[in-house]
Amino acid sequence: MTDIRHAAPSRLSGLTPTHFVAIVTLGALILASMGQVAPSPQQLATGLPGMVDLVGRMLPPNTEPAFLWRVGVRILETFQIALVGAAIGIVLSLPVAWLAARGVSPLGRGHYVFKAFVSFLRTVPDLVWALLFVATVGLGAVAGTMTIMVDTIGFCGRFFAEAMEDAEKDPQDALTAIGARRSSILAGAILPDIAPSLTNSSLFALEKAVRSSVVLGLVGAGGIGQELKVAFDLFQYRNASTIILVIFVIVLAMELITDKLRARIQ
Amino acid sequence: MLSSASEALLDRPAREPQRLPARADVTDGRPTPAARSGTPVIDARGLMKSYDQRRPILKGVDLAISAGERVALIGSNGSGKSTLLRCLIGLHGISGGSLATMNQNLSARNHRAVQDSIRLKTGFVFQKHCLVRRRTVLSNVVHGFFGTPGSWRAHSHHLAPTAWRMRAMEALDDVRLADRALARADTLSGGQQQRVAIARALVRQPRLLIADEPAASLDPLSGQNVMELFARLCADHGITLLFTSHDMDHALTYANRVVALKNGRILFDKASDKVSQEDLKDTFDD
Repeated sequence: MTDIRHAAPSRLSGLTPTHFVAIVTLGALILASMGQVAPSPQQLATGLPGMVDLVGRMLPPNTEPAFLWRVGVRILETFQIALVGAAIGIVLSLPVAWLAARGVSPLGRGHYVFKAFVSFLRTVPDLVWALLFVATVGLGAVAGTMTIMVDTIGFCGRFFAEAMEDAEKDPQDALTAIGARRSSILAGAILPDIAPSLTNSSLFALEKAVRSSVVLGLVGAGGIGQELKVAFDLFQYRNASTIILVIFVIVLAMELITDKLRARIQ
Repeated sequence: MLSSASEALLDRPAREPQRLPARADVTDGRPTPAARSGTPVIDARGLMKSYDQRRPILKGVDLAISAGERVALIGSNGSGKSTLLRCLIGLHGISGGSLATMNQNLSARNHRAVQDSIRLKTGFVFQKHCLVRRRTVLSNVVHGFFGTPGSWRAHSHHLAPTAWRMRAMEALDDVRLADRALARADTLSGGQQQRVAIARALVRQPRLLIADEPAASLDPLSGQNVMELFARLCADHGITLLFTSHDMDHALTYANRVVALKNGRILFDKASDKVSQEDLKDTFDD
């Protein structure tokens, strides 16, 4: 019998010179950046008492009925911005995703144009969209709603398109053989198949919309964020702490509700 | 419509398959002139198909099928069976030769009108049932009306006209699944789902039924039931049946003519009772 013995492979067999150079470069970049933008121990030492002082001035939160009523009205407006913006965005995402989905789009190779369009909507931050809409339609909730709408198309357009690309192919082939048009295949086979995925993405979009809508007011696009900006600008820290707590409760409640709905869909 | 026949059929799932009579107008090699003179449903001459110039799939297939025939297409994997079926209904364009299905000439790039004309008269059943699993059984059968005027109403049984709903229920009755009309498709067994796919193919009352290995994904008994259902419904309605199968019992029992494909060419074309063990050995030998 032939006795064949193999030596153990090198511990670093997977590490190519290119990988090694990349790791060292990344490490050097992080260290150099830390020296320039990370807080120094001295800054932390002086900043911490300032933070404690600010928190002290925020307590106790303002619970005057008139103020709470004003916050309630602003929260309702925030929720309306999120709900309407997300709803319109989700509906518009469906045709956009259809046109962007590879192998499903009626445009063939032209689907790249819509894929790029969705990527563009997604890569521009929501506060930048808000600034653009405030400049075009003016201060207030309408600018906020348009921001959430565009942000939702960027988010849902991508996930809807991916779900359409991954939809089961067999029923689509069957409907094609029957003579169904592309739009019929979308409505008859693809959408029913990906309905749980669409619902999931839509709930995430709604949750994201609520989180985004609370900060849009910082740039004048309506909602509770506007109230928060005024409170900080006028050094009304007790008002600010009330608003922060209300935002925390609203976002938490939204996450709990969408989590429960998602669990039911699974 | 077909209820009594299909009920009688499905009431005895375990019986021995009955060998159907072979057609007298088919002889070794080619259909007789009598068969050729009948209504031509499929007429392929020198049919070629290749996805890649270096590897042709079909290399000159001659096949004529007349109305009312039940033809089994056999051959090993990669012999070109599925490609041929897809060419017949214009799902794939042809690369050479000529092909006419239901008197409609098919070419390399098939016009939508030609495809629609063929598909309106043709039912296609796939190896896997290909149902929309989250839809009801009835909605899946109503999907059979896609491609007909007003087909936006074929998306769901809720939208479908009363006449379509009635036809769909009749088709479900034929396959003994009318009582599961409102069940979700994915709650049915594999055999039941294939019967729903047959109902979907039959709902438009096609003249030609094409099935690509319809029993391949089923257990032996379910497969036998499905094939008996096919043969019986086609016989009752005068539908021409063309199916592929790797099960030689199915091919010899439920077809009256067997066509063997090997390496993209027809190896033999015979009445099913004339097919010998030697023919089958030649078909599947490398």
